[in-house]
Amino acid sequence: MNLVLAKNETGRALSDSFAIARDRLPGVGKVAEARSAAFEAYERAGLPHRRIEDWKYTDLRALMREVLPLAPAPDAAALKRAAAAVKLQAIRGARPLVLVDGVFVPKLSDVGGLEKGLTIRTLRDVLETGDAALQAELFTPDNANPMVALNSAMTTDGVVIEIADGLVLKQPLQIIHVASGPAPAAMFTRSLLRLGRDAGVTLVESYIAADGAKVYQAHDFLIIAIGDNSRLDHVRLVEDGREAFNISSAVVTLGAHAHFNTFGMTSGAAVSRYQGTIAFAGEHSRVETNGVNLLNGRQHADTTLFMDHAVPHCASREVFRAVADDRAHSVFQGRIIVRPDAQKTDAKMMTRALLLSDDAEADNKPELEIFADDVTCGHGATTGALDESLLFYLRARGLSEKEAQALLIQAFVGEAIESIANDDLRELAIAATRRWLEARS
Amino acid sequence: MSLLEVKDLKVRVEEREILHGLTLTVNPGEVHAIMGPNGSGKSTLSHVIAGKPGYEVTDGQILFRGEDLLEMEPDERAAKGVFLAFQYPVEIPGVTTWNFLHTALNAQRKARGQSQLSSPEFLKKVREVAKSLNIPQDMLKRGVNVGFSGGEKKRNEILQMALFEPAVCILDEMDSGLDIDALRIAADGVNALRSPDRAMVVITHYQRLLNYIIPDFVHVMSRGRVVKSGGKDLALELEASGYAQFEDAA
Repeated sequence: MNLVLAKNETGRALSDSFAIARDRLPGVGKVAEARSAAFEAYERAGLPHRRIEDWKYTDLRALMREVLPLAPAPDAAALKRAAAAVKLQAIRGARPLVLVDGVFVPKLSDVGGLEKGLTIRTLRDVLETGDAALQAELFTPDNANPMVALNSAMTTDGVVIEIADGLVLKQPLQIIHVASGPAPAAMFTRSLLRLGRDAGVTLVESYIAADGAKVYQAHDFLIIAIGDNSRLDHVRLVEDGREAFNISSAVVTLGAHAHFNTFGMTSGAAVSRYQGTIAFAGEHSRVETNGVNLLNGRQHADTTLFMDHAVPHCASREVFRAVADDRAHSVFQGRIIVRPDAQKTDAKMMTRALLLSDDAEADNKPELEIFADDVTCGHGATTGALDESLLFYLRARGLSEKEAQALLIQAFVGEAIESIANDDLRELAIAATRRWLEARS
Repeated sequence: MSLLEVKDLKVRVEEREILHGLTLTVNPGEVHAIMGPNGSGKSTLSHVIAGKPGYEVTDGQILFRGEDLLEMEPDERAAKGVFLAFQYPVEIPGVTTWNFLHTALNAQRKARGQSQLSSPEFLKKVREVAKSLNIPQDMLKRGVNVGFSGGEKKRNEILQMALFEPAVCILDEMDSGLDIDALRIAADGVNALRSPDRAMVVITHYQRLLNYIIPDFVHVMSRGRVVKSGGKDLALELEASGYAQFEDAA
């Protein structure tokens, strides 16, 4: 019956597309088998819809309708447009790793003079010539989540970064995803970042559109493994085009005494979904995961996080702020599970949404499942409008309505931004907020 | 020309008329006290002058230097030189006092066609003003009024008054929530800002405040009207006899 459900016209088109694309997809043997199994899993499920609890607020059948055909490899003109976009978005001092239309572009990236102990390879390279263990690791995600399964089936390229024990990189790495062309197309990327023991790095992920890119789909998947006593600072900036779709997932595993500080900001894309799973595998580790959605028009942005406390003595903090104007829709789903052995877990989650218009919507769905008895856990969620008395106070001091709103919105998202540990990255988020506010007025 | 003229002002809040035809004329350099019992419409008057939403003016006018104040947005009024010191200044977490003051001053300067003050220029100015009012610098680094005592909040209002240099200051129940020492400090701040060009309208329930800020004129409000006006002695008279006589009259 499920098969019948998925065999609509778009399902058929995708099936053909997979058959055609298969030759372009790197990897043979076990990798090719994993792709086929993943595609079958996706075909059985089809695009997730609102009757699936996890997708209740983000019905991709209604919002996205179909998976677009695989984007062609970028030509010279596409690369030129992408280069211009990258120039605007690249962070000074960071090492850019650029994927254009789902294909790694060495010319726009900097992979020269790598520090000793830092390895950067393309996913294509790893799947074609890498060792079997790494290939298997890249295809560990299960196929229960249809969008992850689809990514497994279709992924074309990405970056595989390995940081050896003891190496603390000063230079941040920036993975930039660029959509280059006007033709509707989908790109599928998958990356991996592995930090050994006593290692550290800052990773920025940016999703952007080159001039002229309109309707496209960015499907991305990131696997992160943080070794014992290592630290990862991570920022994700979704600044895709206003007609774009961004469906991304991340799976993060922390060893012991590890630290993961992550911040996500979504101001772009028509529809976006970010699903993150963070699993504690070693004791005394700490995670701060924070996010800001800045939405207007008819934008829809969904952040779905799963914090898995499987071992004792770990701490997690989630601070999420959503600002929705016009008819925008912000979704935050935060699930925390504290497994029976995870005593002394300290897990907190706070989400707040600010609605700037009567037609804007915010949905918060916190879920706590606690199976250990000696833990500190809590969550809170609020949704509201800007406080009229604060607005009047500011206006009585000379600020225009827009200026007063801007100041209060900055303060509102400030708490999430404050938690970014790295000064430069924090400035980046503040600047992105300011850009959004300026575009508003 | 008078600085501020309130003429036969009638104001409603949610279908209920609060001010029933109030008239008040304020000239530069003058300090007017408006006294009256709770519910007489004192705070409504201050809110309407500043442009707070939620009030419906059904009749009358308010002129500021001959211009129709009621036609202006609250921020335009501020830029023109109307300042309301709030009875209950709001707390704004996440916005430092320093950033708030800088943004507000530059917004007013922009509206007046004056140049923007850079951060160093602003810092210099705000430090001078804070020093002249004995306001500790660390107050500027904190969130606007966040965790401030009642006295600190009122001093923050006076700091703004000194910084923005308005032409008319409306002080709404400045004495509420202040002990006698805090009241004296706040009153000293206000007195330091008295000048021949600047007018003040001091709204208070109690005569006590007027021991520290000596008014030129005292108006008694009752049930949405000014029922009696006089010199500073009127306040003392009220202190002795109470508001009851005026409530009967109104």
